[in-house]
Amino acid sequence: MVTGTYEPTIIGFLCNWCAYQGADLAGTSRMEYPPNVRPVRVMCTGRIDPTFILKAFAEGADGVLVGGCHPGDCHYLEGNYKAIRRITMVRRMLEQFGIEPERFRLEWVSASEGAKWAKIVEEMTEQVRDLGPLQWWENVREA
Amino acid sequence: MEEPKIGVFICHCGTNIAGTVDIDEVREFAAGLPGVVSARDYKFTCSEPGQLQIKEDVKNLGLNRVVVAACSPRMHEITFRKAVAEVGLNPYLLQIANIREQDSWVHKNGSTEKAKALIRAAVQRANLLESLERREVPVTPSVLVVGGGIAGIQAALNIANANHKVYLVEREPSIGGRMIQLDKTFPTLDCSSCILTPKMAAVGSHPNIELMTYSEVEDVSGYIGNFKVKVRKKPRYVDSELCTGCGICIEKCPWKTDSEFDMGLGKRKAVYTPFPQAVPNVPVIDPDVCVYFEKGTCRACEKFCPPGAIAWDQKEETVELEVGAIIVATGYDLLDPSPLTQYGYKRLDNVITSLEFERMCSATGPTGGELVLKDGSAPQSVAIIHCVGSRDKNYCEYCSRVCCMYALKYSHLIGEKTDADVYQLYIDMRCYGKGFEEFYKRLSDEGVNFVRGKVAQVTDQVAGEEEQGKLVVVTEDTLLGRMLRIPVDMVILCPAMVARADADEVARRFLINRGADGFFLERHPKLEPVATASDGVFVVGCAQGPKDIPDTVAQASAGAAEALSLIDRGTVEIEAATAVVDEEMCSGCKICLALCPYNAITFDEEKKLANVNDILCKGCGVCVAACPSAAITGRHFTDKQIFAEIDGLLADVKPPLVAV
Ligand SMILES: Cc1cc2nc3c(=O)[nH]c(=O)nc-3n(C[C@H](O)[C@H](O)[C@H](O)COP(=O)(O)OP(=O)(O)OC[C@H]3O[C@@H](n4cnc5c(N)ncnc54)[C@H](O)[C@@H]3O)c2cc1C
Ligand code: FES
Repeated sequence: MVTGTYEPTIIGFLCNWCAYQGADLAGTSRMEYPPNVRPVRVMCTGRIDPTFILKAFAEGADGVLVGGCHPGDCHYLEGNYKAIRRITMVRRMLEQFGIEPERFRLEWVSASEGAKWAKIVEEMTEQVRDLGPLQWWENVREA
Repeated sequence: MEEPKIGVFICHCGTNIAGTVDIDEVREFAAGLPGVVSARDYKFTCSEPGQLQIKEDVKNLGLNRVVVAACSPRMHEITFRKAVAEVGLNPYLLQIANIREQDSWVHKNGSTEKAKALIRAAVQRANLLESLERREVPVTPSVLVVGGGIAGIQAALNIANANHKVYLVEREPSIGGRMIQLDKTFPTLDCSSCILTPKMAAVGSHPNIELMTYSEVEDVSGYIGNFKVKVRKKPRYVDSELCTGCGICIEKCPWKTDSEFDMGLGKRKAVYTPFPQAVPNVPVIDPDVCVYFEKGTCRACEKFCPPGAIAWDQKEETVELEVGAIIVATGYDLLDPSPLTQYGYKRLDNVITSLEFERMCSATGPTGGELVLKDGSAPQSVAIIHCVGSRDKNYCEYCSRVCCMYALKYSHLIGEKTDADVYQLYIDMRCYGKGFEEFYKRLSDEGVNFVRGKVAQVTDQVAGEEEQGKLVVVTEDTLLGRMLRIPVDMVILCPAMVARADADEVARRFLINRGADGFFLERHPKLEPVATASDGVFVVGCAQGPKDIPDTVAQASAGAAEALSLIDRGTVEIEAATAVVDEEMCSGCKICLALCPYNAITFDEEKKLANVNDILCKGCGVCVAACPSAAITGRHFTDKQIFAEIDGLLADVKPPLVAV
């Protein structure tokens, strides 16, 4: 199924205060990286409902990337700790659905880590490209 | 809900967007999206005529939603919200698609496709946007300044002189910060304490300044305009009301320890003021050194204190303050050069840091202003090593900005005090400020040896007669292209300026960010140099990054002006995008109560329902995502709006569910 021109689409959920600013900084510093991540801005990773992630996969995303503040740095004190717990659950759900774990990432990117953001996107795009398009139902059937 | 009539406005941003994104293609695409009644582009949408275009369309076409595809919402969301509000549209009916920072600037290929996806997502989200009510609350007209270095002093005086109340919280027993440790200051060579002590005294006696020394901020809650701050005051064991500052207690105290103020080069007593001109001039008793706390004896200070001001039973105290704005001015530390073992700090005698040198030069310092070696003699030769840990990717990548200049200053001071030969070992001379180049020229004329190169090591392993009993600086001279061994008596290291050791904790307490260099991060490096990610919290001086005194003072005044313009306004707008509980859906499970970091959710025992306090809620959405009954809506970030955005981002991708 993987063709030479296959380009994955990844949905990024970025918190307003760290990851989104970090991604903005990558722009201000003109760091080139692949266009495969399409961002959704939320105020905090604590706002990310597991259904957002499932919705993204259901609508055709090949990967989902959640970006938030480093532990301890959440603008709302501890939203990211709550996100960690929810995301542990999401990981288990994705596994049940037969979605490869590499298709989902949680990363901490501070407002000053533009280069880190660019690198994460690059890495993840490559990884998901290697996996090929998400074959959700086929995987479930096989499992 | 009314039929959406969306206008899409696409900005070229000169060539910033138009250079990589095919604007015509994107505009045509946007025009065809459901709900869109007009799609237009303009060179600079944020400009006056650009905004006019939006306003005209809202009026003439009856737009009820506006999508602007331009730079990051963090740049101009406020600009465009204002623009639409001016023509009667609720500002929350505006949606930004960030096609610059996260698109045109970062992708060589594929930015047009991504722009389309982002705009489609924005349009779909805009369909579901709802008007929100803007709310204003009164501002507490007082300011908290944290840190009493020159930055905090300047900011506090500016605000107090404008007739507003200032609380100045300083951790040490006196204000003054690093500047009061310095001897002379470049480039004018005025004496540091001569120019600083009048300002310190002004702080101490100002009717509008409540000075809280030996104190630290423990907790901050509330929000812009209405912060609640808890300050912990350590016990001084000296009653400030009674103490006359006569200093007899200090004289009589028999117990000594290393003086922090003198960088461990001199001693201080168990009861002490860090330096003679301390403000306030009220000593503190250090319970770790005073034997009374261990054995219950001595009490010499108490016996001799004329007004009976010694107060053994003082306890730690927590004071609560209410302020409208906060200025963080906590300054910097010097990098400890001991891990850079090649320079021999702490291992070799007569290798000292710049701050130690400053103390040695000071007339009130540990040597009474004499420049002396460990054995008491005067040095015949001194090497000054620049960039110790600065501009070094193993330590601090950045330039500390003041070392070149104070190193030059040292050449002059050494020349005043001794006949020593001085060697400046530099990588590049950076003398960029007002009067700096002139100072460099003047010092060059005074006869200083400049050696360009990064020092390999400082050693006491001598290799010849003339090196006997000396420290040898081994360095490359990159201008002459050869290795040099320079025998000297004293080596002064210029260590990097680094963020305070507790910067992490402080950042968390005030909800501000730190940059990659560890210093506190300003909201925008050019246009908002003192604002932070936290509304109403400003950062000034070396807490924001290395800088000299003139820049520190300028920035402190800028911070004061920002704080003043906030508290003078009288009211402040607060977050409208808060959470709201749907009473029909709430099952009263109380899960949200424990999650809210601001205790903004209360439980109505009568109705058995959760209730969000609009004023306390900051709109993080953590309760929204956690509610098992989906009874909480996060305004402006509702599930439906976010789903619509996800849909929009992926509409060009074939969903696998359909593929089966
Ligand atoms: C060796 C040396 C020589 C220099 N010479 C010159 C010179 O000749 N000319 C010149 O222009 N510049 C010079 N500088 C730079 C100058 O020292 C700084 O520009 C200036 O001191 C910065 O002031 P500040 O108020 O920002 O920070 P600081 O002076 O560091 O003051 C910060 C204050 O905050 C307090 N504080 C810290 N944390 C907390 C907390 N959590 N709670 C409460 N209080 C806290 C500290 O105790 C301190 O009083 C020199 C620097 C060095 C290292
Ligand atoms: S605000 Fe970034 S994770 Fe909470």
